[in-house]
Amino acid sequence: MTQPKNYGFGEEAALLKESARKFFREHFTTDKLHALVASDPTPGRAPQCQWDETLWSQLVELGWTMLAVPEEAGGVGMPVAAVAGLVEEVGRAAFPCPLLGTLNATYALVACKQPGATALADIASGAAATLALTNRHGAWDPAATEVEFRDGALHGTAWFVQDALKCDKLLVCASTAAGHGLFWVDAATAGVTVQADGIVDLTRDQAHITFDGAQGLEVSGNALAVLHEAMPAIWTLLAADMVGAGEWQLHTTVEYVSTRKQFDRPLGFFQAIKHPLVEVMVLIDEAKSLVYNAACACDSEPEKAAQYAHMAKASASDMAAYASSRSVQSHGGIGFTWECYVHLYFKRQKHSQVLWGDAAWHRARLADIVIGSAA
Amino acid sequence: MSDDSARKDTPEQAEFRAYCRDWLQGNTPGEPPVRLPQTPLEIMTEEQLSYLQAWQKAAYDAGLIGCDYPQAVGGGGRKDCQRVANEEMLAARTPFLPNVIGLGMAAPTVFYHARDEVKAELLPRLFSGEDIWCQGFSEPGAGSDLASVQTFAEPRGDKWVINGHKVWTSLAHFAEWMIILLRTDKSHKYDGLSYFVVPIRAALGKGVTVRPLIKITGETGFNEVIFDNLEVDDRYRLDELGKGWQVAMTTLLHERGAGELQGPRSGGMKNRSSHNITTSAVIDLARNTRRGAGTAADDVLLRDKLMRQLIREEGLKQNQRRSRVQALLDHPMRLPLQNKLLASEIAQSIAALAVEVEGMASSLYMGDSNAPAGGQWPLSYMNSYGMTIAAGTSEVQRNILGERVLGLPKSK
Repeated sequence: MTQPKNYGFGEEAALLKESARKFFREHFTTDKLHALVASDPTPGRAPQCQWDETLWSQLVELGWTMLAVPEEAGGVGMPVAAVAGLVEEVGRAAFPCPLLGTLNATYALVACKQPGATALADIASGAAATLALTNRHGAWDPAATEVEFRDGALHGTAWFVQDALKCDKLLVCASTAAGHGLFWVDAATAGVTVQADGIVDLTRDQAHITFDGAQGLEVSGNALAVLHEAMPAIWTLLAADMVGAGEWQLHTTVEYVSTRKQFDRPLGFFQAIKHPLVEVMVLIDEAKSLVYNAACACDSEPEKAAQYAHMAKASASDMAAYASSRSVQSHGGIGFTWECYVHLYFKRQKHSQVLWGDAAWHRARLADIVIGSAA
Repeated sequence: MSDDSARKDTPEQAEFRAYCRDWLQGNTPGEPPVRLPQTPLEIMTEEQLSYLQAWQKAAYDAGLIGCDYPQAVGGGGRKDCQRVANEEMLAARTPFLPNVIGLGMAAPTVFYHARDEVKAELLPRLFSGEDIWCQGFSEPGAGSDLASVQTFAEPRGDKWVINGHKVWTSLAHFAEWMIILLRTDKSHKYDGLSYFVVPIRAALGKGVTVRPLIKITGETGFNEVIFDNLEVDDRYRLDELGKGWQVAMTTLLHERGAGELQGPRSGGMKNRSSHNITTSAVIDLARNTRRGAGTAADDVLLRDKLMRQLIREEGLKQNQRRSRVQALLDHPMRLPLQNKLLASEIAQSIAALAVEVEGMASSLYMGDSNAPAGGQWPLSYMNSYGMTIAAGTSEVQRNILGERVLGLPKSK
């Protein structure tokens, strides 16, 4: 199959992206974000989950959580390229919400085919969900899960579960007698203990979740194949979020160095400041172009989706590292303080950089595809 | 690629494409009798030049060059067909065109700014490649700061007398004509510049001296040109006196591929000396290079570096694709202005990686019978600095991006 020249990013996708941008500009400024999540700087404080649930329910009503759900399951069935446009705007706003987790679960459930239908219907009617498949060492290989399905129930712990405190449902990967299964679990059901992690990123929450005889609906008996199919979209959307956050970092920093004067000139006059910011822009554009290429591959060239998604996430991770570093450094002393907003994005990007595999991990997987496994 | 483009052809383009394909089938030259350089800018011998000139003349006579210029100036009088001819010539794996500065930079500048009789006089022999052209912009004291050129034209009757010194002048040793940026007024930096075309070959030894400059590779190809009282007719002035900077912008716009008229391009011919500067070529090199018990393609660090290059290369390709998707763009010049910077820096890092993959064998240069790939990778690596320095250094490109796209204060 071949990709359409415009990434399949048509008029509807453009409208969605524009309306998302407008929504956050009107309802969720960075001032609000800071007031919402950064009220308590104390290191070692109890884990918090601060988010605007009212605004989130508006987004659910707008249908954003069911965009990726196929029409036959009661959703909108939008292409990944269009969803990436929306997620880029969520990243630009650094809006704390379980949208990415819900989209991730959606793509996995779609790959489950018919057995995933009930769960997809839950999402189509507004449930927020997240994936639970990582072990305590942060391995991104779902086969390494520490959760086990035995005697008809789930046992063990899933680690590094994203935005778990905001979710109604968990999509859990567990080893079974026959291999690996995926289970659709109610987060509030008996035998599920969600323990919040104390994390650096203020715009997300994270938890490790212990299952002690919890019941769940088995939606796939072949979790590894299902996740293999779903991961390219998951990596791509996280990269889209990072691109949006990177744009915020770039524009905020450009604005600062255009007004702040030293040696009688705006900082941005000096090439020691100007050229690194151009480099940030170049890296953002590379990541952004690769994101839409990968998204389009998920939609119309699935045999290339993993290859292109590895490129997008590797590129976005390196971009995020550099954009974050320059945003703090170019702000100088004020950039090192809690009151300046750059730390919110710095922390979100650091988290995203390693989430679902860092740049080196993705390049190693890419090399296996392009060059073949090393001898 | 060409079949993909063909789907969007106008009826005129479709007919012309079929014609080009047909002509190229019978007329694409065979194996060259001489070793060709990597690009037209390194043509060193008359043998290389005459082989390439014969190709350009044949392609011009067949109507594949200058297609979009009016017939009155020797063009084909077609609409948006040069792109079609270029695609077909590249697909047919033809030799490259030797008059690269003439076609890409001089022709549009002459076309937009010269008098009608001068266009009719100069353009047909430029298109056919019978007259090679060169560009006299840079000087010893005017590199990145181009507007500080000092080579001076003084009026004498209806003629101008030129004195000064141009450098980095590619192809000047073969050129009949030069496009040249001159100072006609010393009191204004920008408004004191005027733009001329000057016949340099006819004046060799009589007002013009061309001396080859030898590059770090040992190759020649570019020169310094010294003007000592060269007389030039006023009709060879382009546009008005004092408008040289604006005319130069037409040249630079077309040089960076952002001008109105698409320059003719051919190439793709396989011969002993040509190799593609792509990541996939370096991956092949790695597969064929011994490292310990296996190959360089098994080395974990090299695999990581190869993938970094592959990602940058794909990123540039996707930038070009995204630059045509309006809804995914912010500033209209943001992607186009990155092109030259990225293409040159990516090519440089690919060549650097190839040299690293070769390891100790990268010490062997052209002419050594044990050199892998005939010593082309160390040559490409060294030549890549020409790309990151010429036509606005990478540093100048970053200034342009910072100032024109990000809106940061100007450095000058």
